[in-house]
Amino acid sequence: MNGSEFSWSEFFDMGGYAVFVWTSYGLALGIVLVNIVSPLIERKRVVKRVKRAIARDRHASQANNSQTG
Amino acid sequence: MIKKIWAWIQRFSSPKHFYAISGKLIPWFAVPAFLLGIYGLYMGLFVAPTDYQQGESYRIIFIHVPAAWMSMFIYIVMAISAAIGLIWQIKLADMIAAASAPIGAWFTFLALVTGSLWGKPMWGAYWVWDARLTSELILLFLYFGYMALQSSIEDQRTADKASGLLVIVGVVNIPIIHYSVEWWNTLHQGATVAKFDKPSMHIDMLIPLLVMALAAKLFYAAIVLMRARNEVLYRERNRQWVRDLVKKL
Repeated sequence: MNGSEFSWSEFFDMGGYAVFVWTSYGLALGIVLVNIVSPLIERKRVVKRVKRAIARDRHASQANNSQTG
Repeated sequence: MIKKIWAWIQRFSSPKHFYAISGKLIPWFAVPAFLLGIYGLYMGLFVAPTDYQQGESYRIIFIHVPAAWMSMFIYIVMAISAAIGLIWQIKLADMIAAASAPIGAWFTFLALVTGSLWGKPMWGAYWVWDARLTSELILLFLYFGYMALQSSIEDQRTADKASGLLVIVGVVNIPIIHYSVEWWNTLHQGATVAKFDKPSMHIDMLIPLLVMALAAKLFYAAIVLMRARNEVLYRERNRQWVRDLVKKL
């Protein structure tokens, strides 16, 4: 891109290699986004599972108390 | 003295301590990663000159090479973590290894696909079974193998041992990938940056490449901490501190 004047259409054309270059950059962006979003989703899932485990244990201990008491 | 160091290591590698520290560290990696990524993209797409042989297609290098470096770097981090977990029974190390695997697999996948997208216009083929490409594909399968072992073994300690051993044995593949372009005849070009004499690359191309590589490393650091925190919460779910913390969320 060291021509005399900058042109966006020339930029997007990538010297005829547009498909290869932009697919690469697009895929990279997509993978970056997936890697950011997936731990956030995973965190919600883990928190939910731990909360369920806490509730289950509370039920179990209550059941034990009523049996012994 | 050694006892003191050991106590210090154990304190700082305790999942609870790690969870608190890592939460504060993430933005210190994420923000520079973002800024360097933007700067690297700008330099790579707008400032770096056209290659005299490959035209504009060479710009794939700013994605492909950092991704390929990360695929190997993360694997080495994983292997070292797995070894620490196996030898010294440090739980946090196993969590770091487990958190690294999917990120490493994604970078390996990205390196393979962008390589193929670069190969088509330059070599005339999306794929050839040459040493560099094949050994990189094996790296992807090693990541998959690790993740499959992790998720298929119910008992966490057994899972960490089995998958850790796989990763450590698989390290043999890393020098094979690196030296494949020297040991075998290959279509893949040789090293242009990581060699002992001066890098054979124009400085305006080298700078965005190194900036993107650094951005990728910082990105990995931020994401691996996020993932390792999830591992801590899940694996330590029977601990009181995790339960107290989760109740507040």
